[in-house]
Amino acid sequence: MTALLEVSGIEKSFGGIRALNGCTFTVEKGMIHGLIGPNGSGKTTLFNVLTGYENPDAGDIRLEGTVITGIGPGKVFRLGVGRTFQLTRVFTRLSVLDNMLIAAQHQHKWLRSALRSPGQGGERAKAMELLDFVGIARLAELEAGSLSYGQRKLLELAYLLMADPDVLLLDEPAGGVNPTLINQLADKIKELNAAGKTILVVEHNMEFVMGICDRITVMHQGRALLTDVPAAVRSDPRVLDAYLGGTEDELEDEGLQAGAAQAEGGSK
Amino acid sequence: MAILSAKAKPFSKGKAAVVVSAIAVIAVFPLIFTNPAVTEIAIFALMFMATSEAWNGFAGWSGYFSLGHAAFFGVGAYTFAIIANDYKLPAGSGLFLLMPVAGVVAMVAAVLVGLVALRTKRHTFVVITIGVFFIFQLLGYNLSITAGASGLQVPTPYNWNAATFNNPFYYAAAILLGFTVGLYWIIRRSAFGLQLLSIRDDEERAKGLGVPVWRVKLSAFVISAFPVGMAGALFAFLIGQIYPNTVFNPLFDLSWALMTLVGGIGTIAGPLLGGVVLESIQQYLNLYLSNADIYLIVYGVVFLAVMFWMPRGVVPTVGDALRRRRGARSASLVSAESGGAGTAPGAGSGASLAVVAQEGGK
Repeated sequence: MTALLEVSGIEKSFGGIRALNGCTFTVEKGMIHGLIGPNGSGKTTLFNVLTGYENPDAGDIRLEGTVITGIGPGKVFRLGVGRTFQLTRVFTRLSVLDNMLIAAQHQHKWLRSALRSPGQGGERAKAMELLDFVGIARLAELEAGSLSYGQRKLLELAYLLMADPDVLLLDEPAGGVNPTLINQLADKIKELNAAGKTILVVEHNMEFVMGICDRITVMHQGRALLTDVPAAVRSDPRVLDAYLGGTEDELEDEGLQAGAAQAEGGSK
Repeated sequence: MAILSAKAKPFSKGKAAVVVSAIAVIAVFPLIFTNPAVTEIAIFALMFMATSEAWNGFAGWSGYFSLGHAAFFGVGAYTFAIIANDYKLPAGSGLFLLMPVAGVVAMVAAVLVGLVALRTKRHTFVVITIGVFFIFQLLGYNLSITAGASGLQVPTPYNWNAATFNNPFYYAAAILLGFTVGLYWIIRRSAFGLQLLSIRDDEERAKGLGVPVWRVKLSAFVISAFPVGMAGALFAFLIGQIYPNTVFNPLFDLSWALMTLVGGIGTIAGPLLGGVVLESIQQYLNLYLSNADIYLIVYGVVFLAVMFWMPRGVVPTVGDALRRRRGARSASLVSAESGGAGTAPGAGSGASLAVVAQEGGK
């Protein structure tokens, strides 16, 4: 196993708050890697730093050995790291298909884009294929703003795939999504992983995380507490402390309840 | 909705008929209405249709409201006057060839302004552009080449036939309009146009997907200065005398914004509709009622009415209404089976995708 994404000593403060405090861990190639931790443990900040939306105060991130910190979100994306957002960010006033085509724009010389119509050279066909893959091809002509929350999540995943990234960073893909769709989503993620994509996923739904991940990193107070296989993480006393400051039994209950609550929230 | 879709739609017969008849009407208008007062109104209407289109091509599509484009209008006007005077160019139709030159100089000014102003985000950008505009106006008052408040005289072709004096200006304005609409029609269908719209919807996200947002914003800003600068030159030639406050006029930007919003921001036809209606009203009121700024009251009323009843502007609202009617008719013909795809937002959610409460548009 080779390290694809190496996070080393990342620090990031907002005012007096240390969101990331020497976060270090490694994502290996071909893994579905989960990132869990209590609220405020720095997961989303880490995602922002990983994808160039924010610059860290210290530390660096390497993608296959190349430092990618501080180069900006556009370049990180070009290098093959795509991400989704906790609250979906689609282009609401453009059609679903146009949303897909935007993610393909970086593949062309900028000046030539003025004379080229979007979707040429098989891009449109690829976009439709990917929309079909996530199951929303029939919505291609609709304005993205009229999609439901779950559909937007699928669209966001689909447009990332336009660029064929090596690494997919998914920020709470199952949050606010109904149980049926969560299962479909898990299947899609596994399918993408089988096709060679490395996936890093932040998720609060324990059932979902434990079900699909090969490795899990637990974050606590801006640090990576440990990285291990799901079964080991589930029973590690430090994890229980991080989440609850309590005993093992309490975590089991809390974890299941959180999962159930999430599922309920999704079907509303 | 559909108007905002970047996919090149087949140019329908109805649309083609509208375009062809509009060109025909514009072409024969001064031959039928020979009254110079009327053709003068028409010249201004064409000029403001073109400049509103250009304003919309940047502000409407990128989401960055510029209230400083009048600076480029003034730069175009002064470029025209200074070149014509310094080189003692003969007053004649050859002077129309200075319009593209004035447009290019306006673009150069836009590069300088854009490099500074476009570093800011939306609301700040609006304020910065207002500030930049007044800097240009101040320069107009204080530079020696602009002759300060006394303004510049522009060569007037006195040898032209008085009865058809306005016609060359009219056709120059018509060509400017045709060029501008054609330009933005092409941009709208290009990948560049799609990138511009992605900036309007979510600039940070577009950047994160590899759209070169900075270059796209700056070039759209600079491109939009070209027709505006040309219009400034045409204005200078037509009026014959320019002053800092007549060509660096802050009301121009308000007019372009209002015309665009009334017609429908982000559409090709919207600024044209807003421009022809509002500018004609304004010129009519100026000519026939008094020289007072009565039009500002009319603008206020129109603006409130449109914002109240059709906040998206006339073109999108009417367009959607027509489409719905057509959709309803075809749906009743096909029977209720297919259910008019594309008309009802959210209607497409299948059984597996439960509609979770919609997160309000970002």
